[in-house]
This record gives sequence, structure tokens and C-alpha cells, in this order.
Amino acid sequence: MSAAVPATGMFDCRNAYVETLEALAGEDSRIVAVVNDSIGSSKLGKFHERFPERLINVGIAEQNMVGVGAGLANGGKVPFVSGAACFLTGRALEQIKADCAYSNANVKLCGISSGVAYGELGATHHSIEDLAWLRAMKGLTIIVPSDPWETAEAIRWAAAHQGPVFIRISRMPVPALPRPADARFEIGKAELLRDGGDVAVVTCGTLVHHALAAADILAAEGIEARVLNMATIAPFDVEAVVAAAGTGGIVTAEEHVVRGGLGGAVAECVVAERPVPVRILGFPGFLPTGSAEWLMEQHGLSAAGIAQAARDLVARRG
Amino acid sequence: MSRETDTFLSAEQAAHVKERANWIRRQALLMAHRAGQGHPGGDMSAADILATLYFGVMRIDPAVPDAPGRDRFVMSKGHCTGALYSALARAGFFPVEELKTYLQPGSRLNGHPNRTYLPGVETNTGPLGHGLPVAVGIAVAGQIDAADYHVFALTGDGELQEGSMWEAAMFAGHRRLGNLTAIVDRNGLQQGATTEDTNALEPLADKWRAFGWEVAEVDGHDVAALLSVLAIPAVRRARPLCVIARTTKGRGVSFMENQAGWHHGTPSDAQLAQALAELDAELQA
Repeated sequence: MSAAVPATGMFDCRNAYVETLEALAGEDSRIVAVVNDSIGSSKLGKFHERFPERLINVGIAEQNMVGVGAGLANGGKVPFVSGAACFLTGRALEQIKADCAYSNANVKLCGISSGVAYGELGATHHSIEDLAWLRAMKGLTIIVPSDPWETAEAIRWAAAHQGPVFIRISRMPVPALPRPADARFEIGKAELLRDGGDVAVVTCGTLVHHALAAADILAAEGIEARVLNMATIAPFDVEAVVAAAGTGGIVTAEEHVVRGGLGGAVAECVVAERPVPVRILGFPGFLPTGSAEWLMEQHGLSAAGIAQAARDLVARRG
Repeated sequence: MSRETDTFLSAEQAAHVKERANWIRRQALLMAHRAGQGHPGGDMSAADILATLYFGVMRIDPAVPDAPGRDRFVMSKGHCTGALYSALARAGFFPVEELKTYLQPGSRLNGHPNRTYLPGVETNTGPLGHGLPVAVGIAVAGQIDAADYHVFALTGDGELQEGSMWEAAMFAGHRRLGNLTAIVDRNGLQQGATTEDTNALEPLADKWRAFGWEVAEVDGHDVAALLSVLAIPAVRRARPLCVIARTTKGRGVSFMENQAGWHHGTPSDAQLAQALAELDAELQA
């Protein structure tokens, strides 16, 4: 497991999650945290010290954890249910469906160490099918924040929103993205991080900064790439994707299998509204052991890989 | 309504509950007959338990179905909607007339209960093994708030083959959730066979005790016994309570009793007439 110590200027979004949650809990006594023996990996130790009555540790029992979350919501609480994304989503998928999404329960599901953050632990611990599983459930808001600011905004939004939410939080160090001072987090809206008319890159989560770096590489070659941060996977910003299709081609990049995630959502939109080539960068399936960085590099999920995919799309168009 | 009056039992109260249990059975049969689908065996099995809770024990106000202080009922065995909807309608959560729409296109009376359509439903169930964990979560919320509402979950016995039920049971015992009562509709039959032939549950009471629960075993068709065990004592219990209610699947209808085939099923016109006549006779007796 890679160390969670942030490099200079790099951040572990779990810190933004727990600091925001703690601040919110100080203002709103309805907020509770529910964990599956994951106080450490969810970094909820301080929350536990400060609000011992409001940290509910169900032990290693994800189905019960999500059901208990739905029950706490019924009892007037605003539960933040945190656990390793792979087990929270996979093990309790039916509870997420029936108890949370279908019941419209006010539960906030926080999948920690998502994607391939647990690279070396192997495919059982990778959470790279979760977006496909959850995106199929109507009524569940899905957010994949890209940096500490967006993580904090997503948590605040979720706490104020009445209804089920899934937030996918990594543990991989990411930089704080450059944003205008008046930037606002808007649910269901893509964030235009860089404009460009030659090709569009649509991405989310830990790959957004790689996409921006890819755009720099492309700009040096005279290719202007538009970069969209699609932090909200559901509800989906169809309009922004259709506009991005106007560039003539879209590359998507995500820490997920190529089937059914962000790329799938983009492809569904494009096919229905404005057909253009879409190149989906992601994982082919179960992955071997290796660091997250290595796994991403191997599958084109680096600045160079994203730039190459964009270059290919532009070249193909001639 | 105070807890003290709830614990005051009388023959009159038992008669009141029995009349409603009989009514629930009649409605559930009529609903299954009209819809051509249903789970009448389990509806008959659970009718006395539901009637006891809704008409003898729980503090609920159908005019304010989401009142924060209400007692909660979670139907973990979510397929027995014939009985649940009849109890909810009779209690006043929606018009009795609406029972006629059961399973019709677009009806709020879905094959499994849905809280977003229907007042009085606390959580959507249907897949087994879901209700008890949710009930545990509600009880934890009540424990944190030192609220005085009580949470009841009705589970099937076959449903206890789901692992999530025991995850929830273990945690409820650990948290000493004295505001939680699980009621096991112990009719001994699951869809195709007896529970003991399929994946045996016995010794069932010992299992719950081992998970930190108090256990009471009662005749699940003896309303007076159900009332006395389900009524909330003035002093809150220190541990969660499991009531193992020994019941008969298809209870009250001679040709359905203890027949696994009536787990799903629809009475024919003649069977319905016979069943209603038998229930009438029981009420007169």
C-alpha cells in the first residue's frame, strides 16, 4: 500500500473529507458517521474523539452498514457511511439499491480509496466497476471530486441535499486545481477548466490534473484541447458533452473499467445527440498487482497517454 | 397515548385486535383473488402480529405518518403486502377502497412496499435480509437521541438464512438496543419446503440469545399473548427483544394451513368463498 503522505503541493482528499465532515458535524447535530471497522482508513479518528456518540462502527459488515445508514436517515440523522469503495459498493450493492436509492433515503455513501488506490492489493481491492454499478440506479447522485476544494464542496453539498449520494474519494495525492477565485461547485454541471476547439477531454477525479497537463502538451504542438471536469456522474451534464462533441472528438479518462463508467455515459450522450468519435481511456478488466501510478501509466491514464489519445483522434480526422 | 395504557391489557382490547386480524385476512385473500397474484400463506401467518402492532401496541398517527416520535414498523418480509397494506389501510394511512387497486398498473400498492408512494411504509423491502438492518439503524438513531419511540421489525423465518440478518442481530446485541423488537414469523415453511429441511434454523432461540438478545416465544395467533409480549414496558429494556412467534402458514383457512404451495397463490372463486366463510365462522365463534 502506498504511503498517504502528501508530496509538496499534493493532497490526500480524505483529509478534506474528514475536516469538512467534522466542521459540518459541529454545526449540525444530525450528522453521524457510519464505518465498517474503517476509522483509520477513513481518517475519522478525530471525528471519533470529538463526537464519540456520533461515530457508529458496525464492524466488518457492509450490508448491515448500509442498512443501518438507511435506518439512521429514517430516524432523522444525516449519515455519512464510509468504507473502502470496493466493499461499500460491491458487497452492499443491493442495500444501496433497495434501502438507499429506491427508498430515497437521505444517506451519504463515501467510497474511500477508490479506483486503483489500493493498487498493490490486487483486483479484489480495486474499485473500478463501481460507477457502472451505481450509475444504473436512478435517484442516486454520484460525485467524483478531483481535489481537496471539490471534495469539501461535494461533502457540503451532500450534507445539505435531501436524498442518497455516493461520493468517490481517493487516497492518491493530487494537486489543488487552478480555479478562478469565484469558482462555485455546481451539482450536475461540468466544470470547463480549459477551453479549446480541436478536441475535448472529459475526465473526473484523480485524472483531472493529468488531463490539464495533457492539454499543455497538446498546446505546444498547436492542438487546442478543451478540458471538462465531470465531477458529477449522475445527474449527467448532457449539454456540456454535446457542446464538447462540437470539437469533433472526445477523449474520456477515468480510474474505472472502460465499460459503463464516465466514458460510457459520454458515449451514450454522444450517440444519441451528436455522434463523433469517443476514445474511452480506462482499464480493460481485472488488473495485476502494482502501484496505482504504474497501473494508470500502463493503461494510458497519464498526461502523455491522454495527449496521445487526443492526438490520434485529431490525426484521424485529418 | 402513554406507554402505561399500552401495557394495560383487557379482554376487550384482545377482541378489538382479533376482529382486525380477521379483517386483514379477509382483505388479503380478496386482494390476491382480485389481482391473481399474492402471498396469501404468509399474509395469513402474519395477520395477528400485524393487527397486534397496529391496533394494540404502536403509537402512530396516520395523519402525520412521518412524525419524528412515531413508533416504527419495518416489514422485513416484504412480500407479505396483502397483510401489510390491509393493516395500513385499516389504521387509516390510505383509503380502504384503494386496496382494490392492489398490483394494478400504476397502483401505489406495489408487490413489495414502497415508502415513496405509500404513507406508513418506513423503508422499501422485498429482497430478503434488508429490513432488520434498517430497523437497527432507526433504533441506533433513537438510542443516540434518547428518544422514546420503539422500533419493530417483522421477519420471515426463512429470511433468517440471509447473512445480513445476523450482521444486524450481532450489532443490535452489541449496542444493547432495548428500543428494538424483532418478531420472527415462525411458520416453519419457506417457498418450497420446511425451513428445517432446507437450511435448518433450530435452535433458533439459542441463536438470538447468543447474539445478545432477550427472547420470548409465543403462539403467534394468540392475540392476548402477543399483546403482553409486544407491549412496551414502562422501563426500557436493556437489550433488544426477539419474539419468536410460532405461527401457521395459511392460518385460518383450512385448505391453506401448513401448505407450502400457498406461499404464492391465488384462491379460485370457490376457494375464496370457502375461505371467507371459514373466517366468518371464526369471528362468530
